[in-house]
Parts: sequence; C-alpha cells; structure tokens
Amino acid sequence: MATEHVALVAGAEGGTSVKPDTKQQSTQGNVVNDFSIQIATVNGSGSQSANLVLLKSIFRMGIPVSGKNLFPSNIAGLPTWYTIRASKDGYVARKKEIDVLIAMNPETSKEDMLSLPPGAAAIYEESANLQQFRDDVACYPVPFDKLTAAVCPEAKLRKLVKNMIYVGVAAQLLKMDMAAVEAALRKQFAKKVKAADLNWAAVQAGYDYSSTTFTKSDPFVLDVMNETAGKIIIDGNAAAALGCIFAGCTVAMWYPITPSSSLVENFIDYAKRYRVGEDGKATFAVVQAEDELAAIGAVFGAGWAGARAMTATSGPGISLMAEFAGLGYYAELPGVIFDVQRTGPSTGMPTRNQQGDLLSVAFLSHGDTKHIMLIPGSVKECYEMAQSAFDLTEQLQTPVFVMSDLDLGMNNWMSEPFAYPDKPLNRGKVLSAEDLTKLGGFARYKDVDGDGIGYRTLPGTDHPLAAYFTRGSGHNEKAQYTERPDDYFNNMERLAKKFETARSLVPRPEVVQTGKSKVGLIAFGTSDFATRESRDQLSKEYGLDADYLRLRAYPFSREVQEFVASHERVYVIEQNRDAQMLSLLKLDLPAEEIVKLRSIRHFNGLPIDARSVTDDLVTQEGI
Amino acid sequence: MGTTPVTSTPVEAPKPAAKTNRIGLQVLDYRGGKTTLCAGCGHNVISERIIDAFYEMGVQPERLMKLSGIGCSSKSPAYFMSRSHSFNSVHGRMPSVATGALLANRTMKALGVSGDGDTASIGVGQFVHMMRRNVPLIYIIEDNGVYGLTKGQFSATADIGSKLKTGVINDLPPIDTCSLAIQLGATFVGRSFSGDKKQLLAMLKAAIAHNGTVVLDVISPCVTFNDHEGSTRSYKYMQEHEEAISEVGFVPHFQEIDVEYDPGTTINVEMHDGSHLRLRKLHEEYDPTDRIAAISALMSAHAKEEVLTGIFYIDTQKPSFTDMLNLVDEPLGTLPDERVRPGRQVLDDVMQRLM
Ligand SMILES: Cc1ncc(C[n+]2csc(CCOP(=O)(O)OP(=O)(O)O)c2C)c(N)n1
Ligand code: SF4
Ligand SMILES: [Mg+2]
Repeated sequence: MATEHVALVAGAEGGTSVKPDTKQQSTQGNVVNDFSIQIATVNGSGSQSANLVLLKSIFRMGIPVSGKNLFPSNIAGLPTWYTIRASKDGYVARKKEIDVLIAMNPETSKEDMLSLPPGAAAIYEESANLQQFRDDVACYPVPFDKLTAAVCPEAKLRKLVKNMIYVGVAAQLLKMDMAAVEAALRKQFAKKVKAADLNWAAVQAGYDYSSTTFTKSDPFVLDVMNETAGKIIIDGNAAAALGCIFAGCTVAMWYPITPSSSLVENFIDYAKRYRVGEDGKATFAVVQAEDELAAIGAVFGAGWAGARAMTATSGPGISLMAEFAGLGYYAELPGVIFDVQRTGPSTGMPTRNQQGDLLSVAFLSHGDTKHIMLIPGSVKECYEMAQSAFDLTEQLQTPVFVMSDLDLGMNNWMSEPFAYPDKPLNRGKVLSAEDLTKLGGFARYKDVDGDGIGYRTLPGTDHPLAAYFTRGSGHNEKAQYTERPDDYFNNMERLAKKFETARSLVPRPEVVQTGKSKVGLIAFGTSDFATRESRDQLSKEYGLDADYLRLRAYPFSREVQEFVASHERVYVIEQNRDAQMLSLLKLDLPAEEIVKLRSIRHFNGLPIDARSVTDDLVTQEGI
Repeated sequence: MGTTPVTSTPVEAPKPAAKTNRIGLQVLDYRGGKTTLCAGCGHNVISERIIDAFYEMGVQPERLMKLSGIGCSSKSPAYFMSRSHSFNSVHGRMPSVATGALLANRTMKALGVSGDGDTASIGVGQFVHMMRRNVPLIYIIEDNGVYGLTKGQFSATADIGSKLKTGVINDLPPIDTCSLAIQLGATFVGRSFSGDKKQLLAMLKAAIAHNGTVVLDVISPCVTFNDHEGSTRSYKYMQEHEEAISEVGFVPHFQEIDVEYDPGTTINVEMHDGSHLRLRKLHEEYDPTDRIAAISALMSAHAKEEVLTGIFYIDTQKPSFTDMLNLVDEPLGTLPDERVRPGRQVLDDVMQRLM
C-alpha cells in the first residue's frame, strides 16, 4: 500500500511527461488561500466527518474550496486520503503537490512525509517521529491519544473524536476563523447536540494544544474572503439524483456498483421525502435488480410502457448492458443510463477515476449501433443534464447515457444553487386514443415529420389501432417482421437521420474563443477543471493564449468542427489511455481537420491536474 | 350487440349475429397475425388456447401486454391478440422487461411467452428473480426440450436419456421449472400439455384470474426436431406418460356458481378476482396450497417417468410485487407533470440545506 502511495503522488503521472513543480513555496511571505491539505487516514476510521468539517469551515470563510476523497476499494483497514484544495482563484482541479499533510495513518506516514515538496507542513502523531525524515518540512507533532482521552472519557468514542483534534490543530495553524469552524461543526451534527459538544471540545483541545506548543514555521494561512456566499456544496451523484427527481423520473432499477450507487441511494432519499403523497403512496418505484442486465431490461420495459426510467452503473455494468443497449437503439426505446465512470479495464481500480467508457458507450452493442451521450462538467450540469436526458430520451426515442465519473460523482463541489426547471417535461411523440381516431391509425416507424422520429403509443391506450409489435428483429414502418433488403435499409437510414436530429438537440459545447489563437483546447467532463487552470498557467507562464471548447454531448454539434477549423493545432485533453474522445472526433471530422488533432492524456487513476496538462502541452508545442 | 339490425330494404337474409363475449367482442378481435411456425408445432396450439382464454374471460385486448424472449416460442405473441401491445425482447431477458413495464403501468395484465431454452438456460437468472418478487405476470414456458429456433440442440429441461434425431443422448439432469417455481415464490404453478385442450384452457383462464406470478410449463412438442422415438417431449411420449394430478375446473367471477362440488374429492380455491377454481383430486395426497407436498408429488412422478400435469401450487394471499411497492393507483408512466415534479419550494428547501 505504502509503495502505491509513493507511486501515486511522486511517480509518473499517466501518459504525460512529468516535471516537478518549478514553483517553490516561499518560507518568507505567507501563502494565503492557495494551497492543498491532505489528510491521510485509515479507511473506516470515521475521519469523513472531520474532513467535511474542515472543508465546510473553509467554505464558510468565503474561500473557494474543493474536496477529493482518494479511497481504496475496501471497507475498513486500508489507507485513504482526503484532499482539500483552497483556491482564491477558484481552481477546483486536483493540485498535484500537497502543501499541508495531516498524517494519521502510521502505515503510510513515512511515505506520506517523503512525498511532500520542500516547504510543506506536516501535522502528525508525535510517536511517529516524522521529523527524522525531512528537515525541509515544517513539523507539528501532536500527542493525539493523550489529548483525546482528556476530552472524551468514553473509550469507545475516542477513535472518532480523535479526528476532531486534527481539525483544531489545523484550524489554529492555518489561522482559521473559529466561528466558521464551530458553525460548520454544529451544522454537521445538526440535532445531535451532545455529539456536537463533544466534538467541539476536541477541536478546542487541538486548537489549544497547538497555540501553546507550536511556533508557526510554514507559510500557509486561510483568510476570510467573500467568494462563497449563496453557494452550495454537493456531490455530482446527489446532484444527478436531484435532477431525476425534478425530471419526474418514476422508475429506477439498479445494481450496486461504485462509484454509481450513491446516485440511486440519493434518489431514494429525495423521492421518499418529496415524492410520496399524504396517503403514503409513492409516485416512484425503485427496485434493486439481480444484475445490470435486469436493470436495463426493466428500464426499457418501463420506458416502453410510458415511464421516465433510469439506471445508474459503471464500466462493468455498462459491459453487461451491451445487448439491451442495441435493442434500445433498434427498437427505439427511451431510457436514461448514468455511467459514473471508474478506472478500467475489467474491475480495474474501482475507486479511482477515468473517462474510459466513451468509445464503448458510444457504440455499445453489435451492429451499427450508436448512442447519445451527455457529458456533465460540473455538479450543476449533473442536475441539469439529468433533466435534459429524460427529455431527450423521450423526444428521440432512444437510450441516453449520462457520462459522469467518480471524481464528479463522489466528490464534493461548490456550485451556484440549482435553478428550478423553466420548461414543462417534453414527453415526445406519443399518440393518444383521440389522436388515433382522428388519424385512423398509425405506423410506428414511419418518418412522418422528416426528423427520423416516429410516433409511438403506450400500452393501455384504449383504441383498437393503438397496439404495435416492438422487436429487436428486422421490422418495417408498421413494426412488422421483415427481412426485405429495402425495409431494412430504409429503417437504418432513418435511424441515422434521427441521430443527425440529435446533433442539433443535445447540449451545445461551451466555447471560449478570442479569434486570435492558433491553438485550441478541447476537454470535457472532469477534465475541464484542470484544463481551465492550465489555460491560465499557459497564459501567465508561457504567454500562450489558447482557445477552449468544452464538449457537452455526443453526437457533436456543428460548433465542434468550426472550432477545429479555426485553429492550427487542437489538443484534446482526456483521462484515458487510448484518446477515446479524439477517436470519436476523428470519425466525425473531415480529413483536413483530423490532422490538426493532438492528444493530452492522463490515466493513472487520479483526477487530472493542471500542471500535467501544461507540461505536456508545452512539450508538444516545443516551447 | 347481438341484435339484428332492422333495415327498410330486406333484400338479403339477415346474417346471424356473430358470437360475442361478455364485453361484446368476437373471437376475431383476439386473433393475431398468421403463424410462421412449423405446421403441427405445439406452440401454435398454445396460441389458440390463449386466444380462447382471453376471449372467454372477456379481457379487453388493449388491457394486455404481451412479452417474450427469443425462440420459436417467443415469436408466437405475433400470432395472437394483435390488439394488445407486444414486446419481443432479447434472449432470456423478458422477465426484466415485463417487470419494468408493470412498474410503469401496474393497471395492465401481462402475459409472457418463453421457451425452455429462453427460461431454463440463458434466462434462468431473471426467471428466478421474477418469481422471487412475485411479479404479476402469466409466464408460459412452451417446453419442447430443445432449442427449436437454432435447430434442435438440447435444452436444460431435456430428460436424462432423451435422444436427439442425430442420436445424441442427453446425460445431464433436467431443470424442473415447476419445482423451481414453487420453491422460489411463484404463487400459481402448473404444468400442462399443448395437446390437452380442456386442461390448458381451464388453467389459462384461472391464470388470468390470478394476481401474482403464474408459471405454466406447457409441454409443446417440436415436430421438426424433437417428436421422434426416443424423445421425452414427443406427442406420443406425452400421450403415454401424462398423468394429471387433478382435474381443473374454473368458474369465472362473472358466471353464476351453479355446479355443486364434493368437498371430499374437490378443492375449491377462491381467486383474487372472485373467480373459483375447482380442483378435483386425482392423487391421494394432493393439496395445492402445500408447497412441500407439491414438490414431493413432482419428484415422485419424475421417478416413475410420469409427466405430472395440473395445478401444483397456488397461493392467493401473497401480495404481488407491484402491490408491495405501495404505489399510487394510476399508472406511474402517465402521471401528469405536477404529480411527478415537486414544486419550487422543494428545490429551495434542498438548496438551503446544502448551503
Ligand atoms: C444472446 C443470444 N444467444 C443465442 C441466441 C440464439 N438463439 C435463438 S433462439 C435460441 C434457443 C431458443 O430455444 P427455446 O427458448 O427453447 O425456444 P424454442 O425455439 O424451442 O421455442 C437460441 C440459442 C440468441 N438469439 N441470443
Ligand atoms: S422448429 Fe420446432 S419449435 Fe420451432 S416452429 Fe418448428 S416445430 Fe415449432
Ligand atoms: Mg424449446
């Protein structure tokens, strides 16, 4: 485990070239609101609430902040790291180097210490003697057990309370606003006043110990700002679940898998609270399936019968869903699938990040199958795109995949509050009994409107002409079985046309373009955070102003080609080995544009960071 | 319905009124497309019985969803009840599709058609979990002991010693779908034979009256690949080995109960919709509410190389899956926006908590 951590922090970063950060921390001037804190603990030790208190205290101080949980695929006993980044400039990507270490795990503390850059600070258990390993790191040894025992007479609570001691020590050393810390702590424990009091006493004990023992010898301080007022903190899975609630999702069937489970679990929590009538009856059904095949089968069954249905999964589940995904495409069934991506192939690293399912999802299933993917780049977009996904899947009568990932889905992010949807639900082309009487019947797969999308009816429509036969075998316009070449050909051409229709309906990319730069960047999803920060680094450090396009969906809208056309070199930044998004772009762009594409990839399981992007780009540009 | 129209120009003799059921529909209204299965295939006969059963029960065709997997058997929903929505899904996965469809609209009746391959091999996982949940669905296994559509390989219900046309002999034990169903929570379990018109029709009608998972394993000979000497799923084998456990009588809820029955020899089961099932015992120990007795009867019949038919097990009390979920009465799928999208104040409330 320990060696893994060294490799993670100090070793080669993905497929990109590595250069140590050239920027040294000054020991003279203070570094205010611009550093990262890493808390190294043991999985299952209950450090999560202490870490959240720390994160939310910084948030309450008005400082832009983000938190990342780097955890093992294990329930208890293995090392886990929580990283908090405070950034006055609002950067939320992972910061490659750790500035303040809180080493609570004796297993990894030596390696944790060794991985720090010079000038960093370390808070650790006194008996670990970490000062012996580094003389260029500010050391703050703390007798945690002694301090804990003094505030917590009940032995069995000590393991948990101990974590709050480090909150107090850090708060003192980083000069945090103690009113903000107390408020964050009391909110965390909500109505459990006794627990709040006990934990607050521990924070104070840590604070007092620190103030009477240490002379601050590191530059890192937190100072009150006004950048977080009115903002919320939420993780992407909860945000997507909330989106499903407001999209009127009525059926969810799922099979647990990290990092997607909490999406459905949040949906259940919200739905129980907000979607149950006074008579106790629910307007939703959530069923834990026997596997992902059943989950997706039920989603399509429900979608076919008129429900807004969803499932959430990750790579291994996606692979199992392949056959059904083709049925969904060919029989034209609505259904929303959240793919909260993790590191593959196979079981891979279940608790690490990757944007690795793009190619397999885009073409999931055999034959000429292709799918719509929405790619949220923030928690706000998880919420919004969950809603668009349901509108699009019913409008287009085809499965819609929402491509989130572990970093976005399971970590806490700051955001503007979410807006209430301003449009009614778009339920697509569904014929009622009255429509059928007027029309004198219908042909399920006929392209009446020239957009490739037919009209459907729902089971239960009270009209003798309402029924049709849904099948994954060859069918003609009237949904009858066919093996006729022209029937098959025409139907496939119509499906291709429908995909073209989708191109203009899916969320458009976000483009920042000055018109002056020869270099363009393309990123998407959680690669966006590092890309934005890297743009600033490129501009500040190298005088390179790169334009930027953030993809938000597949198929690509027109703007993507225009963006590539107006640049000489376009870097596609993504978190996988095989440049999957670049491959998709290649399939879409004309030859003269394809040659402009270059690749920046990051795939070691950790979220991509700005420095890696900048270094790689600078090398490729030859500056 | 049913009255002769009076016209002023009586040139032709008035046609006799077509026979209709209790909701005024003719058998014609329950027909499907022309079958493409082999002539003499047991599956076709089952389709005819399904038509009869739904016609006689007076089920509005628009209130039924037909679902199937893949196989000759799974094609058959195209050949009955064209006025019902139908979903021919993927191999072995119909139970999940049906579950989803019923979650979306629990006011519908659902009928699933599967094969022995579709159910007992590739689909055994979903079959098992459908029963465990007691999903309200009539699940028919059209059981011919082979994969018809892929030209006659053994399926997992084939008996030990059963012989293919090619001479290959099956040496693995069969999965008894009925024992499995009883054990795993299906609430109406029976076996019939496509050639036993009267029994199959009565069982199908009772199945329509039931609320919960109905598993009907219907022996349905494949005339092309498994109807020869040495097969245990041939018409001849069935004629020689079928052994009914009870005589199935069914009195639908809309019919007056005029038939007296002898409680000494006949078991009366009151069903969910008020219909009555009259099971005249042909076996001493027969008790269709006792799971252990049912499984024991199946096992001893198997040992005697008898193909036991009839209703083995019924539980009219266990709530169905969609009842258990405590859903609103209307179909979830078509609830109006205002019932599925919470108001503005709900979002405000959630946002406040996150600040
Ligand atoms: C995933 C998958 N594997 C294999 C097949 C090929 N296949 C089609 S039908 C069938 C067996 C059907 O047997 P059964 O369910 O007994 O139906 P029958 O034709 O005998 O009525 C198989 C293996 C398929 N359609 N899909
Ligand atoms: S091959 Fe067998 S199962 Fe298939 S249609 Fe012909 S007789 Fe029926
Ligand atoms: Mg078969």
